Amino acid sequence: MRRVFNPEKKIYTLAVIVEDIPGILSQVARLFSRKGYNIESIVSGATDRPGITRISIELLADELMIDQIAAQCRKLLGVKAVKILDEKTSIRREIAFIKVRAAERAARDEILQIVNVFKGKVIDIDLEAMTIWVFGDQDKNEALIRLLKDFGILEIAKTGTIAIERGHGTIYDDNKLQEEFNYGKNVL
Amino acid sequence: MECLLEQNVDTIFGYPGGTIINLYDELYRYKDKIHHILTSHEQGASHAADGYARATGKVGVCFATSGPGATNITTGIATAYLDSSPVVFITCNVGESLLGKDAFQEVDITGIAMPITKATFLVRDPEDIPDAMRQAFAIAQSGRPGPVLVDFLKNVTNPDVMIDYEFIPADNNRDCKAIRKLATDSAMSAPEIDTEDVEKLLDMIAESKKPFLLCGGGVVRDRADKEFREFAEKIDAPVAITLMGGGGFPGDHPLTSGMIGMHGSEASNIACDECDLLIAVGSRFSDRVALNPKTFAKQAKIVQIDIDRAEIDKNVLTDHHIIGSAGKVLSMLNAKLPQYEHKEWKEHILPLREPSKAPDLGRFTPQQILETIRNTAPKDAVVSTDVGQHQMWAIKYLHFQYPGQLLTSGGFGTMGFGMGAAIGAAVGCPDKCVLNITGDGCLRMNCNELATVQHYDLPIVTIVFNNGALGMVRQWQDLIYDKRYSETTMDRGPDFVKLAEAYGLKGYRVKNVEEMQTTLKEALAEGKACVIDCLLDINEMVSPMVAAGHDITDFLLREGGSVG
Repeated sequence: MRRVFNPEKKIYTLAVIVEDIPGILSQVARLFSRKGYNIESIVSGATDRPGITRISIELLADELMIDQIAAQCRKLLGVKAVKILDEKTSIRREIAFIKVRAAERAARDEILQIVNVFKGKVIDIDLEAMTIWVFGDQDKNEALIRLLKDFGILEIAKTGTIAIERGHGTIYDDNKLQEEFNYGKNVL
Repeated sequence: MECLLEQNVDTIFGYPGGTIINLYDELYRYKDKIHHILTSHEQGASHAADGYARATGKVGVCFATSGPGATNITTGIATAYLDSSPVVFITCNVGESLLGKDAFQEVDITGIAMPITKATFLVRDPEDIPDAMRQAFAIAQSGRPGPVLVDFLKNVTNPDVMIDYEFIPADNNRDCKAIRKLATDSAMSAPEIDTEDVEKLLDMIAESKKPFLLCGGGVVRDRADKEFREFAEKIDAPVAITLMGGGGFPGDHPLTSGMIGMHGSEASNIACDECDLLIAVGSRFSDRVALNPKTFAKQAKIVQIDIDRAEIDKNVLTDHHIIGSAGKVLSMLNAKLPQYEHKEWKEHILPLREPSKAPDLGRFTPQQILETIRNTAPKDAVVSTDVGQHQMWAIKYLHFQYPGQLLTSGGFGTMGFGMGAAIGAAVGCPDKCVLNITGDGCLRMNCNELATVQHYDLPIVTIVFNNGALGMVRQWQDLIYDKRYSETTMDRGPDFVKLAEAYGLKGYRVKNVEEMQTTLKEALAEGKACVIDCLLDINEMVSPMVAAGHDITDFLLREGGSVG
């Protein structure tokens, strides 16, 4: 049967398992710039397996776009597995550091209260400013940032979104699609 | 050098320079085992290595120095990449201490080549040389073949550095650690083709009344012409070739309907539009084939057989696919396929083919040149082409019989490819006649390689379709841009006969079909390289033609050249 793609654009997270070799990150990132797609966020980090890195890329795309990018990704030699994750199928979180102006005592008290509601933490403080740590999904973090804007935000550092599939399934699970891609990569 | 011998390399095309000097010094010692062809320009060497790979089916090897040497081969790398040709490009970079400092002739070639190679290696440690080479050759020729670039730092090539090296013949490379590592994720044995997928296609074939086959470059790269032929004869369906599929199915076979696409035959394009089952083998439905992907084969179930999963549903959405090498998938299908007969469907499509005899139009025509070649040159002559009108005429009027007979830049469309490719073919297949079919625009681009042809005494017959214009662009200007011939008229030198003579080769000028016949006979009998300059009318056009993006039967020009 011919596939039908949903034309609606939404935020997808592409989880890419790669071998930790020089240039692999730029090889993956290149696929997006080649198509003129703007990456919302990109995170790279170690996994439980030695020499294996997980790259999470967040992208505003429609289904066909994300499918084609995933296919080109899977084809790269250093790429071991790729999973397309969306809101429904995955848990997505990010960390943000927010440095906010807090020169008066009243402001500091109020900021503390707000941060507590968001289950954030104050991780640094001096007489001029406070630095807040918050962990959560993007909506929650954005809401906190909106509230803190009134005090004057000095600087923000975010990790970008990481995502993992809900349930017991993992990105390493064997499936026919992966097998089909491996066919083309086999060197024997 | 030992690593190259390990891979059974006996021929290298290249050009020396400052950073690669150590490799060339070593080559000097190995010159009785490895034959090096020095070209006039690195681009020529890159195309020659590519042409060698395409013609012989072996991996081509090209050497170039750092900086400009490396960037000069990028066109060759991209050409090989787009047409899935297995070539290992070896460059040397500046030494470790100078790397990243904009040193003399330094360029980040692994970075530049990343989008146009299957893999790139930057070798910084001499100990890594053997494994990098084994991996490069394994990657270049496995799966969907393609180019690989290995860049050595100059200090890595220092002859004083000794490494622990054990010679492992290429056949045993699979046991070495580096290759095992590459293979671990895809299992140690080649994966099997899915039998359910094969069964499903067999059912689809059984249901089809109007099947139609497309023979793509994958059949050629896998040398699966015999399997494909059996497949086509069993289904008894018309077969179209893509440009890259030339040689995958005999051009004079009763089931051939000609090329498909922008300059496809009416028979093929109409068959594509009317068929109820389209089976494409090793074809990615490029924009020159599926001009309008939305209406392409609109009445048909589309099935794609390909080794590269990323090609499925990329350009045209398909109903079914089988992943595997063309040869293996087709043999599995053939083993279970009964003999079908589709007489009515064939009788509807195949008579639409243009008669292959050139009509007398009262002028010297491209078709007459190609008919002369077809009747005069050996049937198994290797033909390289450049890009443009002459390329389309060549595929239309010459009948290719086997994979590797047609060498043409289909995907990247590189003008200047033909001369290099012909050199590669002549070196790789010394017992075959090699013809280089080119245009006046293309020959200007890499005619410096005539010096290489002369020096190595390669008996390449270069046939120039000289219409004094960049014909294909001019044709578009004529049909689509209201005859505004912007910068496409080539009313200038050189005189190609004198040019050939300047390079020490024989040059002929031909103005009519009789002269063509006698000249070609004479040239072939001499068995020496020569240039035949064929003077053609500037207004010759390739027909049929469908404009880019249009439905495949929306002919701008009909067969024979009348406006559609």
